[in-house]
Amino acid sequence: MNLLDFFRANKKKSASVAKGRLQVIIAQQRAEVGGPDYLRAMQEEILAVVKKYVSVGDDAVKVQMEKAGECEILELNITLPDSVDKE
Amino acid sequence: MAKIIVITSGKGGVGKTTTSAAISTGLAKRGYKTVVIDFDVGLRNLDLIMGCERRVVYDFVNVIKEEANLNQALIKDKRVDNLYILPASQTRDKDALDIEGVQRVIDDLAKDFAYIICDSPAGIEKGAMMAMYFADEAIVVTNPEVSSVRDSDRVLGILASKTKRAEENQDPVKESLLLTRYSPERVEKGEMLSVEDVKDILAIPLLGVIPESESVLQASNSGQPVILDEESDAGKAYEDAVGRLLGDEVPHRFLEVEKKGFFGRLFRG
Repeated sequence: MNLLDFFRANKKKSASVAKGRLQVIIAQQRAEVGGPDYLRAMQEEILAVVKKYVSVGDDAVKVQMEKAGECEILELNITLPDSVDKE
Repeated sequence: MAKIIVITSGKGGVGKTTTSAAISTGLAKRGYKTVVIDFDVGLRNLDLIMGCERRVVYDFVNVIKEEANLNQALIKDKRVDNLYILPASQTRDKDALDIEGVQRVIDDLAKDFAYIICDSPAGIEKGAMMAMYFADEAIVVTNPEVSSVRDSDRVLGILASKTKRAEENQDPVKESLLLTRYSPERVEKGEMLSVEDVKDILAIPLLGVIPESESVLQASNSGQPVILDEESDAGKAYEDAVGRLLGDEVPHRFLEVEKKGFFGRLFRG
């Protein structure tokens, strides 16, 4: 690091900002594009079913397809609200 | 057996046609009989970059539609032996390309040529899909810039799923990265993604790095593939890339800032 860099060190370099943004967006892109086409439709249907019984937000259901060797793993995550009203 | 190489990127304006012209010229210079096909039907430009725009009579679509034969449409380069150009049609659109027609033309060319270079249009529509479909290898041209890198990643996904090799469960298309318009000065200042950054993100082998260079515009102004400008950094970098494409171990150049002037020399180390 030379003297000039020392004075500039506080400001985050735009190249590292770019790299960080790309890593996030590309991970997301690969997850979306890699999966089969029905994933999104299935996600919406599951969300509709969950909503019939529990009041949850639109982002409560997360569906992800992963590959582990020959095996495909469908990961389904449903986030329920912290306190469910008891009747 | 001919090797089919697609030059692709997703994003426009990153240097696909410049690269197609340079790589095909470089292969032909080394004695390999090479044809370069312009898949950008409706927006042809390869003929301009190769400097043969006034010699186009018949084109790729004419051959597909059997309105002309290959020998009528192929343009022989006047500078380099073994180099032929198959121009795109300027008056039709990409729907004029169909997979059977493209297959037939490529099969015919494969009997006679060692390398078939497919210059893909930008985007991921039909023309780009056709250019990729039959590829054995893909050179993904990328600028060190966010939108180009993201588009390149998208194209890598398509190469892995929508090509003939993918559909027929053959060995995958061999992908490599060509980073263009690279400026070591800006990388050093932290203003531009570095080679390592882009390699980290795309995770494919590096074929070459072409430095930002005035000679690229000068080459296109005069219709000379930049690889023929043997004095220019860009020309040398393309020459190195052709060597690597053929399997040579060539060290990468033009990745560091050239130190100039008194202070540069004093503190170089």
